[in-house]
Amino acid sequence: MSSYRLMLAATAAFSFVAAGGSQAQQPAAPEPVKIGIVTFLTGPAAAPFGIPDRNAAEAMIESLNAGKGPAPYNQVGLGGAKIEPKFLDEAGSAADQVTQYRNLVERDHVDVVLGYVSSGNCLAIAPVAEEMKQLTVLDICGTPRIFEEKSYHYVFRANPTATMDNVGAAKYVLEKLKDVSVYSGINQNYAWGQDSWRDFDLTMKDLAPKTTTDKVLWPKLFSGEYGAEISTLLTSNAQIIHSSFYDGDLEAFIYQSVARGLPKRIPYVLTSGETSLYRLGPKMPDGMFIGARGPHSFFAHGGDLNTWLTKIYVDRFGLQPVYPSYMMAQSLLGLKTAWEKAQAKKGGARPTQEEVIAAFEGIEFNTPSTTVKLANGKGHQGVTDTAYGTYKFDKDESKPTLVDITRYPADCVNPPPDVDSVTWLQGGMKGAKCN
Amino acid sequence: MCWPFTVLTALAILTDGLVYAAYLFLVAVGLTLIFGVMKILNVTHGSFYAFGAYGAAIAVGIYFDRGYPAAGGFLLMVLVACAIGLVLGLVLERGLLRLVYGKDEVVVVLVTYAAFLILEDVIQLIWGTNSYALYQPLDLAGTIDAGPLVLSGYDIGLVVFAALLAAAGSFALKHTTWGRLLTVVIFDRELAASFGINVSLVYTVTFVLGAMLGALGGAAMAPKISVTLGIGVEVIVLAFAVVAIGGMGSVGGAFIGALIVGMCRAAAVHLVPQVELFVIYAVMALVLVFRPQGLFTRAQPRKI
Repeated sequence: MSSYRLMLAATAAFSFVAAGGSQAQQPAAPEPVKIGIVTFLTGPAAAPFGIPDRNAAEAMIESLNAGKGPAPYNQVGLGGAKIEPKFLDEAGSAADQVTQYRNLVERDHVDVVLGYVSSGNCLAIAPVAEEMKQLTVLDICGTPRIFEEKSYHYVFRANPTATMDNVGAAKYVLEKLKDVSVYSGINQNYAWGQDSWRDFDLTMKDLAPKTTTDKVLWPKLFSGEYGAEISTLLTSNAQIIHSSFYDGDLEAFIYQSVARGLPKRIPYVLTSGETSLYRLGPKMPDGMFIGARGPHSFFAHGGDLNTWLTKIYVDRFGLQPVYPSYMMAQSLLGLKTAWEKAQAKKGGARPTQEEVIAAFEGIEFNTPSTTVKLANGKGHQGVTDTAYGTYKFDKDESKPTLVDITRYPADCVNPPPDVDSVTWLQGGMKGAKCN
Repeated sequence: MCWPFTVLTALAILTDGLVYAAYLFLVAVGLTLIFGVMKILNVTHGSFYAFGAYGAAIAVGIYFDRGYPAAGGFLLMVLVACAIGLVLGLVLERGLLRLVYGKDEVVVVLVTYAAFLILEDVIQLIWGTNSYALYQPLDLAGTIDAGPLVLSGYDIGLVVFAALLAAAGSFALKHTTWGRLLTVVIFDRELAASFGINVSLVYTVTFVLGAMLGALGGAAMAPKISVTLGIGVEVIVLAFAVVAIGGMGSVGGAFIGALIVGMCRAAAVHLVPQVELFVIYAVMALVLVFRPQGLFTRAQPRKI
């Protein structure tokens, strides 16, 4: 071979090696994971639920994308791929939400859809998710009906149902007021209020069959004026008032009833009361029984994870995270655990949607609040423990606190895997493991 | 002293009925004027209410935080509401409604609905998604004990205020020049114009007055509610129902309508809570079956 040709061959060989070498030194950044996050950004449900929900997502995604999550969540984003969120407003009718969902899937090609506060929207979206074969994680909505009426392959919910809130409420009431014989309720006259009262009422009948109800009230959602209801309760002989009120309605009810001395006479058990505690502060009377729809915020026992979430949230927004923020944490961290489990099983390669779904089913993971296990709904519905406490405003430090906290294990307040909540409650809560 | 149960319930229904009637009257009186004079279904009325509530909650909240005398605070609520109503009413009437007078009624309704939606977002732009509380007037007014029934002084004050407003409104409509002008235009706009009345000016004055009354309703209710997004939506429907019952343009009608609905609703809450949700509309339907033009307006003569 001539020396010229030898030089040419050597150069070619060298360039191949060099090109191959430089490629090995700079691997392509993994494609980001697109998550469509849907929650109330406007309207009356924005301030108590949607905004804290969105804020937690923003703060967490920023921290996770920088790889700053505490173990076992210290991988960047999801398995090394950064999370690219797209925030959408849940305001509008269920039909609007379905259209928006279809756009997310067909036009924006998101990898996951995560969100939904309103039970009505969750019930509308779940079948559409199944039809479009899109992995969807339902976030805050509480209706037990999602996985009790149908089975889903593509839909998951890390957060427990609202049944847990009202079973916990009844247990706490019976623990604190040992001689209670009459109870009353004021709930908004729509699905959330009706389901909440039904679960509380059934539990009370199971655990304290001799108690009776007096004056069960059903004001309109967002009514805001409760003079007649307060008069009715003042003239009743109830010893506890159950309410699933939230946000404006709860605050209006508190202002108006405090002005007329009702809480001094009859305490309330507020299953969704935690979101208003920071806003009401000293205006919320001491001695009210408060729930946070799970072991969140004041009840959180997630150790380092709780410290992390509180810190990134307060640093970014100057406010304390409330229970919707913690619920977003559960949804997001559940997805992350499933994704990374599927990826590990595949030797580090990016998992397909089917592989994530397979990993997600029945998974157990830690959150800032507690440990979540997807035990119900054929491995698609999460259960956790819960807690209730009594309100006390700390005047010295000028901040709300909850005292006399009681925790209830997951198997005590959630129905067993194959029984729907109403049947379970009507059957005397068979299979519940409390102690 | 032992109160017999039925006397107590009856007393509770009476007081609750009056308080709710006062609430309904305050939100409906501005609407009935606009409806009666201009024949406009003013959906923006909800925005006047909301703006009045926000304005009062913030301005009067600052006033009370600074520790100024209480009586001035109550006066400030009225002044803030009137100022907000004046500005909003003028801007909307001169800027927007003037362009659609004479067009089909449906078009006008859609325009006011659009204005309402825009103003809802303006509220969020200005005041964000937080809620505001104006609890000082409620605390200052104290309570009155009637056996186990505790009445709020502020509620009683609202009832008195509504009654005075109704009396003043009726008097003004019958015995002042401007009141008479409004009444004539309510009855027949073309006839009024043919007599040389400046109907355009009457429209502006009416709309601004209605806006001020709407804002006043919001300001008066602000201490009782949590002032947050969406409070304007609920009152539109309630106001329309009361105006439909009492008749468009009749202040006395709005008063009686509010009383009837207030009493029925209070009775429902105490005795049959499940029907409370629709009792106001049941009353409206019943009235309209027998008097489609409302209780207090004369039937309109048919014009060819």
